[in-house]
Amino acid sequence: MGIRILTAQMHIEGIQQLDVYRRHGGYEAFRKVLNAMSPPAVLEEVKLSTLRGRGGAGFPTGMKWSFLAKNTGKPAYLICNADESEPGTFKDRYLMEKNPHLLLEGMMISAFALEAATAYIYIRGELFYVHQILERAIGEAYAAGLLGKNILGSGFSLDIHCHPGGGAYICGEETALIESLEGKRGNPRIKPPFPAVSGLWDCPTVVNNVETLAAVPWIIQNGGKAYAAIGVWKSTGTKLMSACGHIRKPGVYEVEMGLPVEEFIYSDEYCGGIRNGNQLKAVVAGGSSVPILPAALILKTAKGEARLITYESLSEGGFESGTMLGSGGFIVMDHTTCIVKNLWNFTRFYHHESCGQCSPCREGTGWMEKVLHRIETGHGKMEDIDLLSDVAKNIEGNTICPLGDAAAWPVRSTIRHFRQEFEDHVNQKRCPFSK
Amino acid sequence: MEDQRTSFEFDKESLALVEKIIARYPPGKQKSALLPLLHMAQAEAGGWLSRETMDYVASLLKLQPVEVYEVATFYTMFNLQPVGNCVIEVCRTGPCWLNGAEEIIAHLEHRLQIKAGETTPDGKFTLKTVECLAACGNAPVMQAGIKYYENLDVEKIDAFLDDCSSKDATTRQNPYK
Ligand SMILES: Cc1cc2nc3c(=O)[nH]c(=O)nc-3n(C[C@H](O)[C@H](O)[C@H](O)COP(=O)(O)O)c2cc1C
Ligand code: FES
Repeated sequence: MGIRILTAQMHIEGIQQLDVYRRHGGYEAFRKVLNAMSPPAVLEEVKLSTLRGRGGAGFPTGMKWSFLAKNTGKPAYLICNADESEPGTFKDRYLMEKNPHLLLEGMMISAFALEAATAYIYIRGELFYVHQILERAIGEAYAAGLLGKNILGSGFSLDIHCHPGGGAYICGEETALIESLEGKRGNPRIKPPFPAVSGLWDCPTVVNNVETLAAVPWIIQNGGKAYAAIGVWKSTGTKLMSACGHIRKPGVYEVEMGLPVEEFIYSDEYCGGIRNGNQLKAVVAGGSSVPILPAALILKTAKGEARLITYESLSEGGFESGTMLGSGGFIVMDHTTCIVKNLWNFTRFYHHESCGQCSPCREGTGWMEKVLHRIETGHGKMEDIDLLSDVAKNIEGNTICPLGDAAAWPVRSTIRHFRQEFEDHVNQKRCPFSK
Repeated sequence: MEDQRTSFEFDKESLALVEKIIARYPPGKQKSALLPLLHMAQAEAGGWLSRETMDYVASLLKLQPVEVYEVATFYTMFNLQPVGNCVIEVCRTGPCWLNGAEEIIAHLEHRLQIKAGETTPDGKFTLKTVECLAACGNAPVMQAGIKYYENLDVEKIDAFLDDCSSKDATTRQNPYK
C-alpha cells in the first residue's frame, strides 16, 4: 500500500468532527503556520512541493499563487472549486463528505499564504447535503476560534463561506464560476485578465480545486521537499482517482503518482479487474473530456513502455496515441460496450452543457450529437464519420473557454481509435451491440 | 402558467436566513446571494419558481426582475413550471449509462406511467433526467430533494416509491434549514 496523504484519516470514526480531527493531528499544520511562518515561507513550501492543480489542468499551484497581484488596494480572495461535474469524477465529493476539516485546514493555510481574509467554497448545488456537512464544520471552526477575527491571537483573520451552484457543468470553469458566484449566468470570461489579477468582483483571486487545497496541510507539516520526493519527475505526491464503469471495485483511490495503469486496473487493491470476467476494451482516464484510449494504448504507450499514472506518461504520444490525467476520473469500458453510443452520450452532455456564448461550441456540439444519434440508430452514412471529425476540428481552439475542446477531443479520439466501429454501424444499418 | 400564479413570501425564520446569507458577501454585492435565495424560494414556494416568486426574490436583493429571470433560466436545478410533490432526478450520463441507467429510467417511466420530463396527473411525481451527479462509482444514481440514492436497482426504486406513497410526502426541503 502506498503513502496516504489525503485519505489517511478517512477510516477514523467521527473524523468529520473538529475534536476528533484535532485528536488525530488536525489543525497542527495551521497552528505551525500561524506561530512560526510568514506568507512567503508558506508559498515557498508549496512551490518546493511542485504540487499541481488537481481540477484538471495540472497547473503548478505555487506558481499560480505567486501570480496573485499584490498591493492593489483591493482585497484578495481564495475560492475553492467544489463544482465537481466532470463526468466520471467523484473524488472531491468523497473528500469533503468524509473529511471536511482537511479541506478547511488547507484553505486556512492557503488563505494565509495569499493574505486573503475571505474565502468561498463554490459547491455544486446538487451536493447540498455536503454543503450542510461543510457548514457544520465551518461552524465548529468558528466556535474554536480557528476562523473569524485575529485567529488564535495571530493577527490573521479569515472568513470561509459556502456558496451553492445551480446545476451547470460550465461553472467548474474558473471564470464561469466567478460569474456565478457574483450572481450571474455562468458565462466564461475572456482571458486575460486572469483571475489572479482581476477575478471575483474585479479583485485578485486564486481558484483551486478541493483536492489541491486538501494536500496543503501535509505539505506544511512534512515539507515541500518531502512531497516532491513522492511520485515521478514533475508529477509529485499522490492523486485521487475516481474509478468507475465496468470494474469489480469502483470507488475513490489515492495512488502515488507513478503507479502503473495496469496495476491500477487489475490489482485487488484498486479496481480489481474487469467485471464478469469480461475483456478490457477502452478507458477514459481523466474525466469525460480527455481522449479515449483502447486497451492496448492505455496499458502501454505506443513505444511499448508501461503507462503510468502521471501527467507525463498519460500524455505520452500526444493526441495520436496518448491522453491526459485530467481530473483523474477513470472510466473503464469492457468489450460489450458500444463505443459509438458512449460517444453519443458524452456529446449530448456537452451540447446540453454548452453555455451558448460561442457559436462553434453551441452549434457544433448540437450537430455532433445529431450525427452521432443518426449513426448509432443505423441511419448514418459513411461521409458522416468525416463530417463529425470536421465539425470537431472547427470547434477546437475556437471558443472562449476549453469546453469546446472538451467536447471535440472525445469525438476525434474515438474516431481515431475506433473508426471500424462507426463503419460497422453504417454498414449494418444498426448498432451491432443492441440486442 | 397564468392560472398557477402564486404570491409567495418567506416567513420570519427564512428572512433571518436571507440576512445571514447576504452578509456572506461584501456590502453592495448582495446579488451574489441570488443562487442561494432561489434555492430557498423554490423549496418553499411549491418546488418551482413562478414569475411572482422571482420578482419577490428580486425585490429582496434590490435587483431588476430580469437579472433574476436570466439566472433562473440558465441553471438546470430551477424549475420554471409546476412540478410534483416528489421530484425524481435520474442521472443519464456516461458512467451511469454504462451501469444500466436506461433500465432504471425505463422502470420509473413504467411505474409512474409518464415519460422523463413529465409530471403524473395527480401532481404527485415529476421525473427528470439529469447529468452526472458526481457519484459515478455508485452508478446508477438518482437524487430526490437533497438526498442521493445510489447503486440503484429495481427493488430500491420500488421501495423509494412506496416511501413516497403517503398523501403529504414531498422531496421539497429548504436546504439551509
Ligand atoms: C468546462 C470546464 C469544467 C471544469 N470543471 C471543473 C470542476 O468541476 N472542478 C475543478 O476543480 N476544476 C474544473 N475546471 C478547471 C478550472 O477551470 C480550474 O482550472 C481549476 O479549478 C483550478 O484549480 P487547480 O489549479 O487547483 O486545479 C473546469 C474547466 C473547464 C474548462
Ligand atoms: S454519471 Fe451518473 S453520477 Fe456520474
